Amino acid sequence: MIEIVNLKKGFGKQRVLNGLNLKVLNKELVAVIGQSGGGKSVLLKHLIGIIRPDEGKILIEGVDITGVGGKELDRVRERFGVVFQEGALFDSLTVYENIAFPLREKTRMEKYEIEARVIQGLEDVGLREMGDKYPAEISGGMKRRVALARALITEPAIVLFDEPTTGLDPIISSSIHKLITKTHKKYGFTGLIISHEIPEIFEVADKIAMLYNGTIIETGHPEEFRHSDNPYVRQFISGSLEGPIELL
Amino acid sequence: MTIYDMTACVRLIGAWFLGLLRELGRMFLFLLDALVTIFRPPFKFKMLMRQIRFLGSKSMVVILLTGSFTGMVLALQIYYTLRKFGSEALLGPAVALSIIRELGPVLSALMVTGRAGSALTAEIGIMKITEQIDALTSMALNPIRYLIVPNIVAALIAFPLLTAIFDLIGIYGGYFVGVKLLGMSSGTYFSQMETFLKMEDIRVGLYKSLSFGVIVSWVCCYKGYFTGYGAEGVSKATTSAVVLSSVLILIWDYFLGSVLLR
Ligand SMILES: Nc1ncnc2c1ncn2[C@@H]1O[C@H](COP(=O)(O)OP(=O)(O)OP(=O)(O)O)[C@@H](O)[C@H]1O
Ligand SMILES: [Mg+2]
Repeated sequence: MIEIVNLKKGFGKQRVLNGLNLKVLNKELVAVIGQSGGGKSVLLKHLIGIIRPDEGKILIEGVDITGVGGKELDRVRERFGVVFQEGALFDSLTVYENIAFPLREKTRMEKYEIEARVIQGLEDVGLREMGDKYPAEISGGMKRRVALARALITEPAIVLFDEPTTGLDPIISSSIHKLITKTHKKYGFTGLIISHEIPEIFEVADKIAMLYNGTIIETGHPEEFRHSDNPYVRQFISGSLEGPIELL
Repeated sequence: MTIYDMTACVRLIGAWFLGLLRELGRMFLFLLDALVTIFRPPFKFKMLMRQIRFLGSKSMVVILLTGSFTGMVLALQIYYTLRKFGSEALLGPAVALSIIRELGPVLSALMVTGRAGSALTAEIGIMKITEQIDALTSMALNPIRYLIVPNIVAALIAFPLLTAIFDLIGIYGGYFVGVKLLGMSSGTYFSQMETFLKMEDIRVGLYKSLSFGVIVSWVCCYKGYFTGYGAEGVSKATTSAVVLSSVLILIWDYFLGSVLLR
């Protein structure tokens, strides 16, 4: 379980997170929606201790990670798989090596076991033929799928997705969404997914949380969200210019 | 000038100075972190090999070219100077000493900075802005171990070797000019060198090249690792890495030459 309590973070004078609270139950897939530049990626980076908060607590399975560092923090990180916004594939490694990387570096698995897993992983994301290519040689959509395969290869207990489909065509988007749903069913991870894909994300996530002005202003099941009477939520999911939301 | 202008001025200088101190502190902590990590397993030999190839063997052509021409120019210049005193016979040791003690280490370091140091900063900077470094961290892997340590160790291995090659080829460049073009006897060129060149001189060159290796890899890695945002951030980081490395090389060279290794 992930529990974020009163998280505050600013950069210089700019306040990004302003006392944010959010709970993600075990095996639940929660989507965070919100404006561009609203601090969603910043929130995600707090969860793995890449950004340290000014105030507040982040409890991962009951352990507050804001106070720990070094080996202890690394042990928490080992439970995570992360799909970064642009994939963040290592560009000196091939697709195959990228996916194999966490297994090679973090486990004592035999070579043949790693190979079997990676090939399965490549197949899961529909990229069996692409193992020998370098990230620079494949398309943006393929990169995201490789990143997905890399994040899931260690079968992590918690997976974070930062806009896994933004900027991709609708068909690839839905194939990635399907992939997320499928792997979520298969591995049963706890997931946090940042997304702009409204309404498609409502089909993927168990719960939606909307980030506005540095806090979560509403959480609920997708159905509740669709019929929310919160004016901010209504304006955001309808993409209307009329309403209380200030443009950043 | 009013008192307000003066306080504003002092404040500006103070802010600049504090910023400088903070940056220096961050740089030294970075180096310290890397130096401690060097001795902690697991060691990343594959990355080390890759970086030795990148910093070392790929710099060979540049080193061969600059080394030979430096030796040739030097021989030409020194020959005309020495002739005024009637001591052309000392051309060999004069060329060898200036190359081994000074020009070899310094010019090799500057050339490697230009060829490989800038590329190193750009590579690490791009890894930073495309979140590849965050990805390493998120896998509970230490980016210092994977990205920085291999470069520092590779530089410690590659710089002395490149410098040795520079020295050798430079001395032969001087030989070519002195003996083949200006008509000195080849016996004089080398026998005088043997008389005047001490092990001490070679040691000075070695220490210099080792310390330049640390300076270049440290500065270039640091600038890449703390690069700003976007393509502009990377290009700025690259420029300042090359400038800072070069300036530090020259300052440190003077310092070593005058204080430590007289
Ligand atoms: N390391 C940092 N240093 C300074 N400011 C930062 C840093 N990271 C993010 N910010 C600022 O925090 C704000 C939120 O950024 P963030 O990347 O979290 O937005 P986002 O919600 O993910 O937007 P998008 O949907 O476009 O990805 C931005 O204004 C950004 O400039
Ligand atoms: Mg973002």
